[in-house]
Amino acid sequence: MAEPTERSQEYMDSTEKLDRGATAPTKEGPDVTDSVATSVDVQTVLPHEGRESVATVAKRIEITDLNLYYGSFHAVKSVNMTIQPNKVTALIGSSGCGKSTFLRSLNRMHELVPGGRVDGAVIIDGQDIYASNVDPVAVRRQVGMVFQSPNPFPTMSIYENVVAGLLLNSRKTKKPALDEIVERSLRGANLWNEVKDRLDRPGGGLSGGQQQRLCIARATAVEPEVLLMDEPCSALDPVATLAIEDLIQQLKANYTIVIVTHNMQQASRASDVTGFFNLEQSGTPGQLVELDTTETIFSNPANKATEDYVTGRFG
Amino acid sequence: MSTTPTTSTDAALTAGVPTPPRRPGDRIFSGAATAAGIGILVLLAGVAIFLLQEAWPAIKAAPEDIPGGTGLVDFIAPLAFGTVLGAVIAIVLAVPMAVAVALFITDYAPRRIANTLSYVIDLLAAVPSIVYGLWGIAVLGPAALGIQTWLADHLGFLPFFAGPVSTTGRTMLVVGVVLAVMILPIITAVTREVFARTPRIHREGALALGATRWEMIRMTVLPFGRSAVISASMLGLGRALGETMAVAIILSVSGVVTFNLISSTNPSTIAANIALDFPESSGLDVNALIASGLALFAITLVVNMAARAVITRNEDASR
Ligand SMILES: Nc1ncnc2c1ncn2[C@@H]1O[C@H](COP(=O)(O)OP(=O)(O)OP(=O)(O)O)[C@@H](O)[C@H]1O
Ligand SMILES: [Mg+2]
Repeated sequence: MAEPTERSQEYMDSTEKLDRGATAPTKEGPDVTDSVATSVDVQTVLPHEGRESVATVAKRIEITDLNLYYGSFHAVKSVNMTIQPNKVTALIGSSGCGKSTFLRSLNRMHELVPGGRVDGAVIIDGQDIYASNVDPVAVRRQVGMVFQSPNPFPTMSIYENVVAGLLLNSRKTKKPALDEIVERSLRGANLWNEVKDRLDRPGGGLSGGQQQRLCIARATAVEPEVLLMDEPCSALDPVATLAIEDLIQQLKANYTIVIVTHNMQQASRASDVTGFFNLEQSGTPGQLVELDTTETIFSNPANKATEDYVTGRFG
Repeated sequence: MSTTPTTSTDAALTAGVPTPPRRPGDRIFSGAATAAGIGILVLLAGVAIFLLQEAWPAIKAAPEDIPGGTGLVDFIAPLAFGTVLGAVIAIVLAVPMAVAVALFITDYAPRRIANTLSYVIDLLAAVPSIVYGLWGIAVLGPAALGIQTWLADHLGFLPFFAGPVSTTGRTMLVVGVVLAVMILPIITAVTREVFARTPRIHREGALALGATRWEMIRMTVLPFGRSAVISASMLGLGRALGETMAVAIILSVSGVVTFNLISSTNPSTIAANIALDFPESSGLDVNALIASGLALFAITLVVNMAARAVITRNEDASR
């Protein structure tokens, strides 16, 4: 498991202290005693509890010869890549090169678009998610997604938003267990302290950054194996962005994470592996040009186009 | 950040610097909009005043001068009862059906079928009510005989189906069904529009969590469309309350107050009663009929205000 970054530690400590200053005696047991312990807690507690309920072993994703279409338009061409478990994989590339399309094919959201067609294989944990006997609903349950703009369900409270995924498919979970999951997911998303006193308020009443963290809590509450994020910070300010990046660092202990971003600094800060998508020219399908460790992509890329893009000399 | 610009702006505002000139287009449009708004209110007030004025003699009159001979309340009550009863049956039947059809169009049907179906439903809204009335008495009434007999046999313990079954099919139940068919298109059209506008990010958010299509609908489409369903139902209810010709043709009336929906003795409705009796009425009878119209006006107004209240409460709750 990765150690929290220096910055992450500081961030959490300061929020913890701020919170404690504001709400004097809280009845949260051990958490209150040691701020450093809390930030570690989030990481160590999660996998244990996860293993007890659903096996949340992060999964490897193998993609072979994946082609994606919108009707007759060929949007993404022959992608071959392996996405490592417990790593953050960033996807970068200019606008319109098919990053979102590709990401949405990993949890079978692409086929929801009228005309959306998929050709190729996406193998998660040995199972091709596009095999004919696989239920897309089951795939989406295993592969969670956080969208570009925060989308908490407007008619639901914060609490209901977090448990929304747990109550699906006639799953029954007892109220105390739900309470526990809500607290754990919101803590995991660094949101608990901000909302614990207003869990029954609408999720839409939060700030943009809080809403995005609520969406992350909602996605992680069902304990998926993979977490997809499509520009999750593009609507957020730098502080909220850093908070989410820290969160991503913590989450990779439990999940395979794929994140699309336009922010080069974000990709270099938050990811372990980076994939660069490119278009030869507009109208042609996007392709995965290069995939390597983030360090290599940003310091010593093999491909000229990658180098131009990451150094800002493109277009 | 410096505070100087703010302060100077404040000072400028308080010093009474003229507000920017308003463009003529803006002025014309706001004038027209205001005039239209006021016009509607004046019209509504005018109708209310007319009804009240014309109804006044009947309200003041001695009970024995009113048709029926026992006073205005006794005259209007069964009519109001029949009006509400028929409209309620129609709403109870039409709303679930309309919501289901709207969902089928927006979420289940393949695009070609969906387009055709919405087109057909829009056409249904344009069919004149007299046609529905003829269909009710010539086709639906006789056809419903078997069902009504079955209802009386098997559910006869409910006051609604106590019988004896009318042999002509000119019953309140048939009226309710015809009214339901009449208001189905408008309710479907409005709800369909709103269901289709459910933000995609919410739909996809639900699906990405592993929701089935029906769960996605329950989590996002239905809550999003709830106040629209209510408004649309009220539109339909308004039309059902005021429907004249279809009811006048179909219903065999006898001025009773009964929940028995399948017998040959039925309460009439206000609108149908006015249409049937007005030509032969004179003197105070006319005023009595207009008084019943005033009652219909009041019922519709109350229904709409109640709907507004429900919608506002829903919107507050979802904030
Ligand atoms: N619903 C759709 N129907 C048809 N074509 C689409 C649709 N969505 C995207 N496309 C096309 O597919 C290509 C890839 O789009 P995609 O959204 O995946 O790009 P992207 O890399 O995510 O871009 P951005 O960085 O701007 O988000 C583009 O050419 C786009 O026009
Ligand atoms: Mg995109």
